[in-house]
Amino acid sequence: MNDIAIRAEGLTKNFGPVSAVRDVDLAVYRGEIFGLVGPDGAGKTTIMRMLSGVLPPDAGRIFVDGVDAVADPEGARLRLSYMPQRFGLYEDLTVAENIFFYGEIFSVPRGERIARSGELLEAAGLLPFRRRMAGQLSGGMKQKLGLVCALIHTPRVLLLDEPTTGVDPVSRRDFWAILYNLRESGVTILLSTAYMDEAERCSRLALLHNGEVRRCDTPAGIKKAMPGALLAIISADPRRLREAVSGQPGVLGVLLMGDRLHVRVDDPARRIPELRLLLAGRGVTGAVIQAAEPGIEDVFVALLGEMA
Amino acid sequence: MLERLPVMLIKEFVQLRRDRWAMFRLIVPMIIQMLVFGYAATFTVSHVSTAVLDLDRSRASRSLISHFVATSRFDVVDVARNQGDITRDIDHGAAVIAVVIHAGFGRRLENGRSAPLQVIVDGTNSNTALIALGYISQIVSRFSAEQAGRAASFRTSVAAPEIGIALQTYPWFNEALEDRWFFIPGVIGTLTLLQIVSLTAFAIVREREAGTLEQIMVSPIRPVEFILGKTVPYFLIGLGDIAMVSSIGIFWFHVPFIGNPLVMLLEASLYLLATLGLGLLLSTFSRTQQQAFALNFFFVNPLYILSGFAFPIASMPKLLQWFTFINPLRYFLVVIRAVFLKGVGLKVLWPDLSAMALLALVMLTVSVLRFRKSLD
Repeated sequence: MNDIAIRAEGLTKNFGPVSAVRDVDLAVYRGEIFGLVGPDGAGKTTIMRMLSGVLPPDAGRIFVDGVDAVADPEGARLRLSYMPQRFGLYEDLTVAENIFFYGEIFSVPRGERIARSGELLEAAGLLPFRRRMAGQLSGGMKQKLGLVCALIHTPRVLLLDEPTTGVDPVSRRDFWAILYNLRESGVTILLSTAYMDEAERCSRLALLHNGEVRRCDTPAGIKKAMPGALLAIISADPRRLREAVSGQPGVLGVLLMGDRLHVRVDDPARRIPELRLLLAGRGVTGAVIQAAEPGIEDVFVALLGEMA
Repeated sequence: MLERLPVMLIKEFVQLRRDRWAMFRLIVPMIIQMLVFGYAATFTVSHVSTAVLDLDRSRASRSLISHFVATSRFDVVDVARNQGDITRDIDHGAAVIAVVIHAGFGRRLENGRSAPLQVIVDGTNSNTALIALGYISQIVSRFSAEQAGRAASFRTSVAAPEIGIALQTYPWFNEALEDRWFFIPGVIGTLTLLQIVSLTAFAIVREREAGTLEQIMVSPIRPVEFILGKTVPYFLIGLGDIAMVSSIGIFWFHVPFIGNPLVMLLEASLYLLATLGLGLLLSTFSRTQQQAFALNFFFVNPLYILSGFAFPIASMPKLLQWFTFINPLRYFLVVIRAVFLKGVGLKVLWPDLSAMALLALVMLTVSVLRFRKSLD
């Protein structure tokens, strides 16, 4: 129990007749970066809001850093920080004033606040913008300022809801650098993301679909769980290729990835020669077929496709 | 308990100071509306455009017409030659009142008999018509008293002992029955209602829209700290506004203030708490500023009409009279008029002050309770 930072048991939430989250169990270990991955409407935000204590669950228990968050939400709040998709910054306050405000409402002592905001602003690359109005920052800078505000009270647990959606690549890199540093200092991070490259960076992932956890494992473990094997076919005309390959016997799924086609098959030893023959018959020349390492996206699509 | 209140207040005042339009929005409309109301809100009817048709052309008829001309309440705009002119004047709105003196008017008076006088009134504006008719009957009774005197002095032999009741009116608290004295204290209440309810509701809904409300609700801040942080500044602004418009009333429009300023301060405070509570309550029902605007519009107008500001509560249907009991403006008006004009104190006003306190308590409690719920 001691090395579990967030534990949820039987978490359930309905919005009227809509069942948003059903019987979700989660255990996030201390020092993990844990990812919630799933399509829109899978229940990621609802779970985050329940864990943060904003939304009371209909059923289930939540422990944050050992504190029962349903019975004592105020106690849990001191230990966690929640950053919604859009962090609530006061746009008519400066960067420094926003940090001051969030520091004060978490009762951070003055000296600590000054030291910590210096560090965090430095890491976020926001130091030169301290006196700028938050409303005049770019989208990526706003997200980073949100993170700085969320971290000012040194939370033990950080909940981030799609923190990098709509953020430019450079800011995303800064953002992840901060997250890695936090993990080093023992902060547990739970984040939801729609970016598969970000999912790969997490220590463990939970795949969510229709309010349920479908699989929970390390990225490597999840990839192993993919049924079948993955082939990559490279061709000058991947769209035509897709038409040709889709629906062939033994082909479980097809995913277009830029200039290549990811084809999931039940038995590669048998299907590779078959596919070669098929492509030759259709007049697709110059196609290269090789075994490929599945990415999270492939697994994700494969698992969800199976469930649908 | 309230250790996070100071930072909320600092934040509010920094935002307020930074808002270049805030001072304008908070002060200028109050001043302008106070001046407009002070000058324009009056039931006094004067310069009523009047048409006159004299078919008698006697000394008596000319004398009666001169009575109309002599007062500033009536402006004779047309001396008509026939009934057609009169009809046209009223139809076209050139005249609101037409006085028709039929032939034989003077002779009947000289013979000591009563003579009919025809008055046509455009009743479209029933209020003006009613008041103008009142003035006309005053003029006519003064005129007939003069005529009776003249007749008596001509024919002393037939003078009969006159029995009459002379009405001597001395209205208390407002001897000249100045409408302004009645309206200006009322305007203070209505302007404050409009200002404070909308400011409070919008201030909170803005935070909801910006996402800052949810953000700080995941902090250890208590709803009470947040709500006080949002309302204390508007309470102070409200007190300032009331002081400002009251000063305009007292020093510019010379409405007497003979009561105790401390009673005024007490009632202003209770009233502000009630209006803040109402604004807060509206904000818990609004997700967006548009919704807050619609709700504000829906509630504030009836509160203003059903308060006794202009329309007497006693003349309203019973059902609506009941509604006025939950209207803070109703009590505020009773108290402020009494404090300004009558100078009475707590001994007399405690029931109204208690009602306001109770309303404030209920509204603030309900909105704090609803506030938590409205976050989901």
